[in-house]
Amino acid sequence: MSDESASSRRLPGRPRSKPAQRAKERLIQLSLVACGLFSILTTGTIIVVLAYEAIRFFGLDEVSVTDFFFGTEWTPLMGSEKHFGIWPLISGTFLVTGVAMLVALPLGLITAIYLSEYAPKKLRSVLKPTLEVLAGIPTVVFGFFALTVITPGLQFLHEGFEIYNAFSAGVAVGIMCLPIVTSLTEDALQAVPRALREGAYGLGATRFDVSIKIVVPAALSGIVAAFLLAIARAIGETMIVTLAAGSSPMFTLDPRQSIQTMTAYMVQIFLGDVSNFGAEYLSSYAVAFMLFVITFGITVVGQKIRTRFREEYQ
Amino acid sequence: MSSAAGALPKARRLAGRPVSTSRRILLERAFVIFCVLSATASVAILALLLGSIVFQTQGYLDASFLKKVPSRFPHKAGMWPAIVGSVAVCVSCAMFALPIGIGTAVFLEEYRPTKSRWMKRLHSFVQLNISNLAGVPSIVYGIIGLTAFVEGFGIVGSAQDPLLTIGSESSWYFFRLPFGRGVLAGGLTLMLVILPIVIISAQEALRAVPDSLRHAALGLGATRWQMVSQVSLPSAIPGIMTGSILAMSRAIGEAAPMLVISGAVYITFLPRNVMESFTVMPLQIYEWAKLPQKEFHHVAAAGIVVLLVVLLAFNAFAVFIRQKFHKPLS
Repeated sequence: MSDESASSRRLPGRPRSKPAQRAKERLIQLSLVACGLFSILTTGTIIVVLAYEAIRFFGLDEVSVTDFFFGTEWTPLMGSEKHFGIWPLISGTFLVTGVAMLVALPLGLITAIYLSEYAPKKLRSVLKPTLEVLAGIPTVVFGFFALTVITPGLQFLHEGFEIYNAFSAGVAVGIMCLPIVTSLTEDALQAVPRALREGAYGLGATRFDVSIKIVVPAALSGIVAAFLLAIARAIGETMIVTLAAGSSPMFTLDPRQSIQTMTAYMVQIFLGDVSNFGAEYLSSYAVAFMLFVITFGITVVGQKIRTRFREEYQ
Repeated sequence: MSSAAGALPKARRLAGRPVSTSRRILLERAFVIFCVLSATASVAILALLLGSIVFQTQGYLDASFLKKVPSRFPHKAGMWPAIVGSVAVCVSCAMFALPIGIGTAVFLEEYRPTKSRWMKRLHSFVQLNISNLAGVPSIVYGIIGLTAFVEGFGIVGSAQDPLLTIGSESSWYFFRLPFGRGVLAGGLTLMLVILPIVIISAQEALRAVPDSLRHAALGLGATRWQMVSQVSLPSAIPGIMTGSILAMSRAIGEAAPMLVISGAVYITFLPRNVMESFTVMPLQIYEWAKLPQKEFHHVAAAGIVVLLVVLLAFNAFAVFIRQKFHKPLS
């Protein structure tokens, strides 16, 4: 109460002429609108820059558009004849993402169900901070972990794993995605009203029945949106795959092999001493454009699912 | 009794075909065990992660590690330039990201247009756009930062042949356009990365301020900005600060865009001005981690411990502010 009266006493400030006051208000509103426009400007710049450079890339003599979208050879840095077929990079990216989702989605979903429906206060107070800490760890740390712990572990279990391999990077990316999946899924589960649960309990359902047959279906749109967001995050992940997945673009589905993802290729180009205008330099913009389109598409689909298929409960 | 009869078909549908109660209870118990196992997996993973990193430091982490500069010899390597670089980049990032981010949040939450249809459309478009921007991979921001800030879209000369220079390369106020691979370009790129996070958290903080406070201010004759600057923003400041600190801790750990901006560098000196090349902690860790020698992996582990301690301090500070200044307003 005292706070409110104090701030309202301060409100009028020193007396000001009406027009001056109005001009000031207008100016402030305009600068706030400018802040809002900045985000649109950012999106616009991303699209224009990436599209412009990608078009310049496709305009080069050594590049063919069909080869780019359907080719299975990506050898921009080796040999006299360069091939720009994006599929090895896409397969590498999705291999890592697939492994990551095999780790993150089931584990995240079960953890979220447990946190939302079962967990006693004590366990909750351990699990929640754990996940928050996990979410705050920089990706380069996960990359280091994959390289120095997961890969040797995998090699110990099975000789087929190379030093750099998609599986190890995928597991690390999955660990990185775990907190995202868990917290978003838990939010979705929490949004299901209590009355639905009470109703099911009243009918004699066990907790298992309630969580799996009532709450999860009711929150399905939110869960799918959470999964899609995690997939987009995994596709765009850079440091882990750069450190642990290797840099040999291969069109393969064998996760034991060294591969290269789209993001890792970009890092390779921008770290290398590639001339600023060659085909390989511009190719990174084309790859970035593909990456942007894929992740942006997944994000938009996720939002659409969340808003369109949301079950509204009172 | 009639209500029970009405509920019966529903109950049967719930459980699929009828299952005996004992089996259902068994299933329930098995599921709980399964849940506990997978939930504790995350704790085990975190313990393994932190434990293995601390184990790998192998005595490379001591007080002098902070003050030494990177070196070809693992025993002489330290991360002083990376620490200074991280601070410089994050300060320049915060100087731009916080005003723009909070401004956007105020625009979205406090200046909801009611009359103009055009403004309404702009408003909802900005909101949609921000949630989309939050999903853009950080390396894409790195590439945009490289094109926009480092190279100035190629229309204002290049870093070697700038359009505009103020001062000389050794002076502290040196400025050039385009910025080149320097601290300022890095900070601005990081701003792009964390802007959506700042905006979304500031929006949540503003949303938590009850409308009754706003109505009271407006009812006393306050203008919109007076209401915002003296009622909404002061009440939301703990929430905004918490969100901003968390966003900054994200910025400190971000390596991918910094990799693109600063390129392959071996930096043993401190930046003298905001145009000079730099390295940051995660980047330095990456450089060490990718070296083949085992000793450098120990150095990288030591660097990771330093980075994690800094992040932990940030998070603890954010939690402290949330606990200390948070008071329910409604």
